[in-house]
Amino acid sequence: MSVIAVLIICSLLVASGFLIAFLWAVRSGQYEDKYTPSVRILFDDDVNETNDKLNNDFDKLNSEKS
Amino acid sequence: MLKQEILQNEKIICYHCGDDCPSDSIRIEDKYFCCEGCKLVYEILEENQLCKYYSIEDKPGLKSNAFFHKEKYSYLDDTELVKQLLDFSEGEIARVSFVIPSMHCSSCIWLLENLHKIDPAFVSSRVDFLNKTLTLTFNKNNISLRQVVELLASIGYEPEIKYDLIEKKRKVDVNKKLYYKIGIAGFAFGNIMLLSFPEYLAIDESSLGLKGIFGWLSIIISLPLFFYSGSDYLISAYKGLRRRMINIDVPLALGIIFLFFRSVYEIAFQVGAGYLDSLAGLLFFMNLGRLFQNKTFETLNFERDYKSFFPLAVSVKVKGIESTLPISRLKNGDKIVIRNNELIPADAVLYLGEASIDYSFVTGESLPVKKNPGEIIYAGGRQIGSAVELEVIKEVSQSYLTRLWNENKIKREEEHGVSMLANKISRYFTPAILFIALVAALYWMQYDIRTAVNVFTAVLIIACPCALALSTPFTMGNAIRILGKNKFYLKNTAIVEKLNKIDTVVFDKTGTITQSGEFEISFVGTELSSNEKELVKSLVKNSTHPLSLKISEYLGECSSTLNISNFSEIPGEGTQAVIDNKRIKAGSSSFVASNGFVNETRGDFNTKVYVSIDGTQKGYFLIKNSYREGLDLLISELKKDKEIHLITGDNEGEKENLIKYFPDEGKLNFRQTPVDKLSYINQLNESSKKVLMFGDGLNDAGALANSYVGVTISESSSYFSPACDGILDASRFSQLVKFLKFAKTSNNIVIISFIISLMYNVIGISVAVQGLLSPIFAAILMPVSSVSVVLFATLSTSFIAKRRGLL
Repeated sequence: MSVIAVLIICSLLVASGFLIAFLWAVRSGQYEDKYTPSVRILFDDDVNETNDKLNNDFDKLNSEKS
Repeated sequence: MLKQEILQNEKIICYHCGDDCPSDSIRIEDKYFCCEGCKLVYEILEENQLCKYYSIEDKPGLKSNAFFHKEKYSYLDDTELVKQLLDFSEGEIARVSFVIPSMHCSSCIWLLENLHKIDPAFVSSRVDFLNKTLTLTFNKNNISLRQVVELLASIGYEPEIKYDLIEKKRKVDVNKKLYYKIGIAGFAFGNIMLLSFPEYLAIDESSLGLKGIFGWLSIIISLPLFFYSGSDYLISAYKGLRRRMINIDVPLALGIIFLFFRSVYEIAFQVGAGYLDSLAGLLFFMNLGRLFQNKTFETLNFERDYKSFFPLAVSVKVKGIESTLPISRLKNGDKIVIRNNELIPADAVLYLGEASIDYSFVTGESLPVKKNPGEIIYAGGRQIGSAVELEVIKEVSQSYLTRLWNENKIKREEEHGVSMLANKISRYFTPAILFIALVAALYWMQYDIRTAVNVFTAVLIIACPCALALSTPFTMGNAIRILGKNKFYLKNTAIVEKLNKIDTVVFDKTGTITQSGEFEISFVGTELSSNEKELVKSLVKNSTHPLSLKISEYLGECSSTLNISNFSEIPGEGTQAVIDNKRIKAGSSSFVASNGFVNETRGDFNTKVYVSIDGTQKGYFLIKNSYREGLDLLISELKKDKEIHLITGDNEGEKENLIKYFPDEGKLNFRQTPVDKLSYINQLNESSKKVLMFGDGLNDAGALANSYVGVTISESSSYFSPACDGILDASRFSQLVKFLKFAKTSNNIVIISFIISLMYNVIGISVAVQGLLSPIFAAILMPVSSVSVVLFATLSTSFIAKRRGLL
């Protein structure tokens, strides 16, 4: 029966992982704009990467501030 | 026919905006442009290798006004103002977000997100298409805010910088919290169900140890569930009780509390398995319902006030030198300069120039009014024509319009999304449930006190009106989606319920039942010969007055070019010229004939343009607003069971026409000031009428805010709409009766779902009073009742909408 206990704990861990992923997705604003990304993904990718990186760093800086 | 088609194909289309080009003179290589503005935008994009813009969507540009007055944005040099506008600023990095109304396609998104190719000072740019917002991060040292705005304006994406921008705080997204709550409730729902499987399958006592662990795990999982996902209901119930009101959340909160504590008790003392699975399912569905109900129309704003339309700054002349000043700092006596198409932000006296003021923003009337130096011009008017200079006589906050807005706006209690019907039922429902629970408990008391307590809590648990509380959000949420698809946008679901109770309909005239910018023109007097028509046509074609344009349109194409000389136009009077040696005059009666027009009828207030040829009085063009299509049908449908009123700021000129449409002459009210309109609505309210008001301009704002339901008619959603409960697209005006009927049906669907959910309650309670409520019974009954009610509510509204052609 102790197998079940282990399995339960595993399943809870996996489920919590998904919960955390969901909460992170909401927090990072993925549920705020549900339309634009669908258009953006169709553009050919020539945006240079340094910009994205800068952007991320900047967002981090921001969230630390708030 | 064939020839025509060929001609069509040969038509030159602007490479930028897709409009027809008047000539082929503006071109770059093989690309033609309709105007210099479009060409300029193309050149900027070309230079920066952004021509991909033209390949994502066909002809993505909007006819742009890329040339703007050089000092237009000079107010953005004001450091204090800039500080207020920026969302964030630290070191050399700053961030700002703008609403850009002209954003309309995926090319726009691409271009605006690639701004860094034009100027590397942009660190990032991000578009939220539905909200038409652009968030820009830029390097302050390399580009100023003014330059940012000027760059955007030069490529045809002028940001909207209005007075309220500096006051607007970034809205905390309520939805985000709701998503968290749903996530947690969903997580708890799934996992507690999993942990309850031994209970569902009645696995034998030998696994009791495991059951204990499962129980405690369930409690741990349900802690955030109860205290976070359920907090809104508990708080709302508490608030309701403190105001001595039993709202729908009271029985819900009762159910939630008893579910939680009884389960904890049962698990802790190992007397049972508890009902935590039911609790999780319940909260999951309830929060989902709230998400469904929170349908908002992103691009619409129902809370706009005058500040959303006033400019942020205005040109001021001090000792002959022009500079810009934020309008909040405008003082009495300041001299301001208003250019073509600019809004007058404060009450002012005209002292230089010829003003032609379009008050459509305020009254809905789009024909400009002439003003001469010395006259007062109220805030909210838009100057059409050359620049004028005015002297401010009242500060912005003291202006007629602003005061009207601020003083008369009675803060209505925010009923956001709270269902009145559900609350009403709850008032009887809650005492009834408590009564049943008590009686059942008293009955069991004779036998066993433990069973009595169990029965008491069981009744409260199973009676938790989850399905009842879900029927309104899902029905009404679906209803506002369907109405929104039909371009009738409602602020929230409570409005659908309110629409159902309407017994009085009040219309504003100009811009509401008449089409703004559309006129019916007829000629009264001696019939004009075709030659005379040509003469008049040639005259009005040369004038820029809007009435001339309308008459020119009415007279149609001019076939021959006539010799025109001595053309002159006297503002506010008329226009004259010598054409083919004949002296033609058109304008006001005193202008056309100095000693009055012969058949001039006094007391007639219609707009007329008189015409004379060589001193012979010919007659006049009668210009009337044209009524919206389907008005007669709409009124005759509405008057069957509703009172109909009309309040207008206009004179009685149209009275005879209106009587044809409106049944009761006594309910037609003319010459009403905005304050009159407001008090008229208040009077109706006092005689306990439920008023549905239709209006459009800012002069209706007070009346709209005070009516039971205020709806704005809008020609386009970016156009002005005062604060209101709903926005109706003008093209759907004739379908209004259909919409009202649909609101009524939706309400009936809610009532039917109430009955269904009450039936579930009866079943549940009858089991509970017998002391037979088992966790598995609750775990089945509660989700089943919720899901079936939700399905019924959404499917039946969609079905009915489809049958009525609304979907």
